[in-house]
Amino acid sequence: MTNLTLSRALNEGLRKALEDHPKALIMGEDVGKLGGVFRVTDGLQKDFGEARVTDTPLAESGIIGTAIGLALRGYRPICEIQFDGFVYPAFDQIVSQLAKMRYRSLGNVKLPLVVRIPFGGGIGAVEHHSESPEALFVHTAGLRVVACGDPLEAFTMIQQSVACDDPVIFFEPKRRYWEKADIDIPGALADAQPLEKARILSSGTDVTVLTYGPMVRTCAEAAVAAAAEGRSLEVIDLRSLAPLDSETIFESVRRTGRCVVVHEAPVTLGLGAEIAAQVTQECFYQLEAPVLRVGGYSIPYPPSRLEEYYLPDLDRVLDAVDRTFSY
Amino acid sequence: MTVNDAGRAASRAAGPLSPGDPVVRADSTELVQLLTPEGERVEHPGYPLEISAEEIKALYRDLVIVRRIDFEAIALQRQGELGIWASLLGQEAAQVGSGRALEPRDMAFPTYREHGVAWCRGLDPVRLLGLYRGVNHGGWDPRAHNFHLYTIVIGSQTLHATGYAMGIQRDGAVGEDGEAVIAYFGDGATSQGDVNEAFIWASVNNAPVVFFCQNNQWAISEPLERQSRQPLYLRAHGFGFPGVRVDGNDVLACLAVTRKAMKAAREGQGPTLVEAFTYRMGAHTTTDDPTRYRLSAELESWKLKDPIARVKQYLIRSQQADMEFFDEVDAEADEVGTRVREACIEMPDPTPTALFDNVYTGPTDQLEAERAGFIAYQDSFVGAHEEGR
Repeated sequence: MTNLTLSRALNEGLRKALEDHPKALIMGEDVGKLGGVFRVTDGLQKDFGEARVTDTPLAESGIIGTAIGLALRGYRPICEIQFDGFVYPAFDQIVSQLAKMRYRSLGNVKLPLVVRIPFGGGIGAVEHHSESPEALFVHTAGLRVVACGDPLEAFTMIQQSVACDDPVIFFEPKRRYWEKADIDIPGALADAQPLEKARILSSGTDVTVLTYGPMVRTCAEAAVAAAAEGRSLEVIDLRSLAPLDSETIFESVRRTGRCVVVHEAPVTLGLGAEIAAQVTQECFYQLEAPVLRVGGYSIPYPPSRLEEYYLPDLDRVLDAVDRTFSY
Repeated sequence: MTVNDAGRAASRAAGPLSPGDPVVRADSTELVQLLTPEGERVEHPGYPLEISAEEIKALYRDLVIVRRIDFEAIALQRQGELGIWASLLGQEAAQVGSGRALEPRDMAFPTYREHGVAWCRGLDPVRLLGLYRGVNHGGWDPRAHNFHLYTIVIGSQTLHATGYAMGIQRDGAVGEDGEAVIAYFGDGATSQGDVNEAFIWASVNNAPVVFFCQNNQWAISEPLERQSRQPLYLRAHGFGFPGVRVDGNDVLACLAVTRKAMKAAREGQGPTLVEAFTYRMGAHTTTDDPTRYRLSAELESWKLKDPIARVKQYLIRSQQADMEFFDEVDAEADEVGTRVREACIEMPDPTPTALFDNVYTGPTDQLEAERAGFIAYQDSFVGAHEEGR
């Protein structure tokens, strides 16, 4: 067992991916000598060379567009977008090219390309450094969208994403980069569940709490607090946002009869909206209360002095849990 | 074409500028030309071209056939067999000249108008029609002829081409017998961020890619002066690689210039921007009406520079081809046209469940559920029509 931060776990996962896939490449802004602004690629250029760990010009569309070309040539590019709010210059290449090219080609091409995006707030950053744009990509057919929630998941999911033959948008919970866990580096990947499967983090009987990314830990803590009050929360880390592991969700909600979805992104047309619609349709007769959403308000991400009021926290999760019992 | 002609579009006054403002260095424009509009063979010191009569006749054949395919496709659109068509009329020489400069191992990234390049790469022209008929979005295998899918969003493919070229570098396939990439785009695309980013990536990586800009003077209704205050090929200098302007209606010059640029790229000398100075003789697409925004006199002046007529003139004058040859080419072109027509009309619609195919490399629960629901819904109509009578 090795004790690693989430950032370091990604680093080790990327190292293994580069070893396992000779065609895998890392490209992005400052990923080389600097090792990325969060040090996720620290030391990889030194060990794998500049042709495989490449500092790019500072233009996100160019990063994704050239990575698509490399993928067409047979490579497996792993692109780093430095912050969530900087992905939009690449949005056209991701939505109009990356997501659609396989469909356009009637299956003749594949684009095994990973776009890593640190996302979410809680680090006291300036504007554009704390956003949660995942719903935009989930809404785009042709992309796989995943979010890791802890160091072990980060370590295995990044390797699974690199091995995947579809484009994967890989969200990393940046406020959790420094949190640590023990990881069995040689054995973890073999023990990992498939990339598209959700995982039940803690079993419970009263309320299903669905979440992903930085809110996984928040919800796990909420489950502990709720238990002290005699309420049993079943916390599910969705992991894969597209495709969504709906069966795992439905199975849980049919047992508990209550469902709360938690994410940092604004609730308007967020993942919670889609999940609420699906759960209402599929679990209608088992539901004791409407599906409730805990998330960001429908505003631009606020200045950091106000973000604690914007971001869901343990109390807001528990408040929603309480409200599901008021129907 | 004269130097003044070449700079004409660029010297038209734009927006807030007064006519005559000396912002456009049109006088510095040099146009590479090897065959004049009158069909006279001329030499250019930078682009010597040794070419046999048979090779020129083969180029002529290409030009006539691709124009014939284009003509047929326009007719098919008018008759409702295609939803839309983007005509290459007037750009045959730019496409055939550059297309025939490629080696089979080179890779081409087209826009949606590169029917002549497709022909040179060996793609069956019938395959081009699926997109315009609405039965697919392209659907051919880019590796089969090293000809990528048509890209509709303006300029996006220049980045794909550059990335592909970076892959060639990583494969160690630059050098003697190396590979290179050609990226096609138009004058309008030069305003796109992606094209400028592609120039930067290609430049700093010294990537083996040739940027082949067909400047056909019009981006739908917007003339060149809405895109640039200076000749497009000069932009390359700012990015740190060579740019050259070639007579885009001269198939020999396009061949020679592209050959040289591709050779340089294959050998590791990095990118070149080729501006093929040409003219879009037809509408932007079959939905467009150019009479709303351009003068017929302009069209008439370009008719005198027709890319096919000058080759025919040259072959006749130099007695390298007789009328029998031209008749044979016309007959062959008609055969291709007929085949394209018949294949288009017979082209079946895809099966409805193909909606759900090829979104991902494998099935997903969600799409399988949607597919099953779709089939059940469709099946619910079976027999209902008869019962209703």
